[in-house]
Formats: sequence, C-alpha cells, structure tokens
Amino acid sequence: MNVLTNKKVIISLLIVLGIVFPFIIPNLYYLHIMTLAFIWTIAVYGLNLLAGYTGYLSLAHGGFFAIGAYVIGILTVKLEMGFWLSFLLAPLVTMFIGLIIGLFALRTKEHFFAIYTLCVGYIIYLVIDKWEGLTGGVRGLIGIPLPEAIGPITFQSPTAQYYLAFFIFLLVVAVIYRIVHSLTGRTFIAIRNSEDLALSLGISTKRNKLLAFVLSTFFAGLAGAMYAGFIRFIGPEIAYTTITFDLLTYMIVGGIGTFAGPIVGTFLIVIISQNLQFLQDYRMLIFGPLLTLLIIFSPRGIVGFIQMQLYQRKRKKQESLAYKNREEETNAGG
Amino acid sequence: MLEVKGLTKRFGGNVAVKSVDYSVQQGKINAIIGPNGAGKSTFFNLITGVHEPTEGTIIYKNEEITRQPANVIAKLGVARTFQSTHLFEMSTVKDNVIVGHRLRTKSNLFDSIFRTRRLKEEEQQCIAKAEESLDFVGLSHVSDQLVTNISQEEKKRVAFALALATDPEIVFLDEPTAGVNPDETDEMAKLIQKMADKGLTICLIEHKMPMIMQLAHHIMVLNYGEKIAEGTPAEIQKNEEVIKAYLGGTVSA
Repeated sequence: MNVLTNKKVIISLLIVLGIVFPFIIPNLYYLHIMTLAFIWTIAVYGLNLLAGYTGYLSLAHGGFFAIGAYVIGILTVKLEMGFWLSFLLAPLVTMFIGLIIGLFALRTKEHFFAIYTLCVGYIIYLVIDKWEGLTGGVRGLIGIPLPEAIGPITFQSPTAQYYLAFFIFLLVVAVIYRIVHSLTGRTFIAIRNSEDLALSLGISTKRNKLLAFVLSTFFAGLAGAMYAGFIRFIGPEIAYTTITFDLLTYMIVGGIGTFAGPIVGTFLIVIISQNLQFLQDYRMLIFGPLLTLLIIFSPRGIVGFIQMQLYQRKRKKQESLAYKNREEETNAGG
Repeated sequence: MLEVKGLTKRFGGNVAVKSVDYSVQQGKINAIIGPNGAGKSTFFNLITGVHEPTEGTIIYKNEEITRQPANVIAKLGVARTFQSTHLFEMSTVKDNVIVGHRLRTKSNLFDSIFRTRRLKEEEQQCIAKAEESLDFVGLSHVSDQLVTNISQEEKKRVAFALALATDPEIVFLDEPTAGVNPDETDEMAKLIQKMADKGLTICLIEHKMPMIMQLAHHIMVLNYGEKIAEGTPAEIQKNEEVIKAYLGGTVSA
C-alpha cells in the first residue's frame, strides 16, 4: 500500500517502463503510437499550464502546435536549413507569435477568451491552408529531414526516434514540474483563483498571464516541431480545431490543473482509441458519454479524483487516530 | 498617512462617491460606516486601485497613488481583504497563504526552472511568512487542512493572514465579520485589535454597530456617497445627521 502510493517508486517504475518498452513490445506500430503519445503529452502540458493552472482556456492551442510544425517544415524543406537549428527555432518562433497574439487575447476573459482564441486558431488554420506559396497549401510539406546524428547517436530507426521523444518528454515533465511547484506556479494558481485577489496581493496579473500564455505556446510549438520531425509530412489538417479539442479532451480526462493529468489523460485515450479502432468514428459514441460523466462526477479528471480519495483516506486515518488518543487519555484519567 | 481629497467616482450617471475628503489616522482603527449602497466598498476600491477615481487625489506617505494599479499599491504596503473570500478550496490553508509574500520576492521563470539559490531562499522566506501570519491569526492548527474543510470564520482568518503576508503598513478590511456568528465576531474583533496593537493601521467597513463603537478610534459615515459625519464613536452616536441617515426621517427630541 505504502509502496504503491510512494511517488518516487511510481516515477522510477514509469521511467524504467519507458526505457524498456521497445524491448518488451518490439512492435513498430506500438512504438509509433507511443512516440506520438509523448509528443501529444508535451502539447497537453502546455495547454494545462495556461488553462489548468492560470485559468485561461485557450482554444488556439492546435494552431500553435501547427505553427511549430510548419516553422520546422518551412525552414528545413524550403530554406534547407539543418534539422537541429530549425528544431530549436520552431518553438521560439511559435513563442514570439504567441506573445503578439497573447497581448491582444489577454484583454479578454473567461468565455470571451475561449471564443477569441478559437477564432485565432481557425485563422491560423486558414492561413496555413490558403497561403500556398509558404505552406504548400492543401498539399502540405513533404520530406522534412531526419534529425542529424549527434556524435555516434543516429536517429534513423524508429527505436531511436522513440528514445529521442521520450528524452524530450522527460525533460519537459521535469521543467513543468519545477515551474508548477515554484513561486511562478503559485503565482499562476493565484491568478486562476481570483484575479482581484491576486492584484491585491501585489501580483502583476498582466505580466504573469502573458508569461503563462507564451510558455504554453512554447510547449505547443515544441510538440509541433517534434511531430513534424517524426511524421516528416505535414498538412493543414494539423492546424484544424479537432487537434485543439483532442488536446483538450486529453487534459480534461487526465485532470485539468493537476500535474500528472496530461500524462494519464493522453496515454489512456491514445491507448483506448487504438483498441477501439474497429469501431471507426463510432468510437465517439463511447467517448462522448464517458467524457460527460467524468466532467459531472469528477471535474478535475482521473488524477483529481484519485487525489481526493487519497486525501480523504489520510484525513479519516488522522481523525480516528486522534479519537483513539482521546479515548486512551480519558481511560487513563478515569 | 493616507489622505484622500475630493475623491469622486461616477458610474455613468450614478455618483457612487461624491467629493470625499478623508485621512486615515496612523496606528489607529479607522472605521467607515453607512447604510447599504452608501458607497463604502467603492471608496475602498478607489483607494486600493481596483477602480480609477473620476476626480480627486489619493496620497499615501506623501506620494500620489491616485491612478496606480492595485498591484503597485499593494507593493507600497497597502493590503486589503474582500467581502467574500476567494481561496483555492482544493489546496491547503498554508499553500493558499504562501503566495501572499510573492510581491516581496524577485524570483522569475529562470529561477524556477533552474531552482536557483535565490528561488530556494525566497521560497523559504514565503513559507516562513505564511507560518508567521497563520500563527498570528490563530490558525496554525489547521494549516495543513484543505480550505474546503475549514469553517467560514476560519476562511475569513485565512484572508487576514494573506493580507498580513504582504507585509503591509495599512490594512483595509471590507466587512470582516459578514456571515460570522456573534461569538466569532468577538473573536474577530480581538484579532483586529491585536493587529492594531502590532502597529498596523486599520481601516474597516462594518455593519455591526456595537462592535464598531467598541473597537474604532475614529469613524467616518458615508451616505449616498457623501461624507456626513466624522469623529470618535461617542461623537458619531450623538450626531443627528447620522441617526437620520440610519433611521430615516427626522429626529424627534
């Protein structure tokens, strides 16, 4: 019981599982799915930072994901730049575009922010779809190169690409963990609770909201760049709103505003959808009601639900312990 | 210490606060009373930077702060609480209060990601401040509880602790005992007295007259956005204008 709830044990086990996965299941298809799941999780972490921790639900996230993918696509295919330099530039360019959009978007709040960013996301899609000269339009961009070898490490095999994605994934999780569990993260959470209160506590909500927004676009852009480098073909459909809503579903199922939520939600849904492939689009008939039930009964997703259970069990234990102590005292007294 | 001159706020055609001159007495408990809709909360919001005044000036420690945003005013040492508490229910009491000292820290994103020494030190500083504030308001015993599991009165105290964690010199309390039972009201009054004894300047809005009359050193009465009286509790109790505003009509001898 204690071993199972010990965070360190769980985390080490998961990392080991991630490392040995290609050996346990030497199936290229599953390896492909897992690699994609790592990439999606990174994008969901970006969304969670903004929507979950800061309380601003952005529906342009798929758009920023696509910007990251297209920046690396355009830089490598059209300008024939090296992979790694483009890979470095992609999230930075996304972040810069995010900064400019954020300056306007953050003048709105709540529903209006969601609607505004939904429009921004759609405009990004339209630009990518229609600007043929730059993005290749509906034909997309083909032939994004493989990452160049770093010393003796090459990235030709799917296993190597799996490990690359896994490595970046771990790095992102660590960075997010530090952001969320620091004064910066506490500042975001304070803004989510009440902007008036945060302001009265001397927090510059404008600056911190913009920071959260820009950070979220950075992770979206990073995930997009990884996606483009992995799939090596990108089309405008990756900017479409369905991507945003997929990411949103992963986040809500896992637990909005929880740290482990993005991993749990993304892997769970990716794995379940793979097993329900035979149902084709009718899968949604299963997902829809499940999602509705989850939102009604556990608004903070699976992780939020587990956290609450663990907390209540701990509290009950403390109470019964206190009760027992009191009883012993009265017995001793009498 | 804090002085306002000719403070006016219009919302469209409505005048919520009308040309009020007022100064907060340092180290004392100052109270603002008045019937519902008299403009007390608006007056607070103007001083603490939530709303911008239409006319008038606000001077704090010889510095004009009239159009400064709320977060800048907070940094200068002006703290406030709200009528309703906005705490994060799913987090512990202590976790809620830690962010209160954030405004006195300098750590940025870089410090957070690389866990620099500055971040670690400032985090310790914030935690220590939170513990100190919770101890001051008498909540050390529930600091590890989730906010959702503590009582309404305790939540009010958490809001006090948050305000205190900002290291203020003057604290504005907006109806600190609203929705709190009579026994607990006495306890809250003791806490406010304790804050004043510590050297803080207090300015509060209240409806509970017996409490105000006992607690406050200086009272200002607002009615329809205008100041109608000012003085010690004894003076206010005898003031005919005030009695008229509260009871309506004329005062019969």
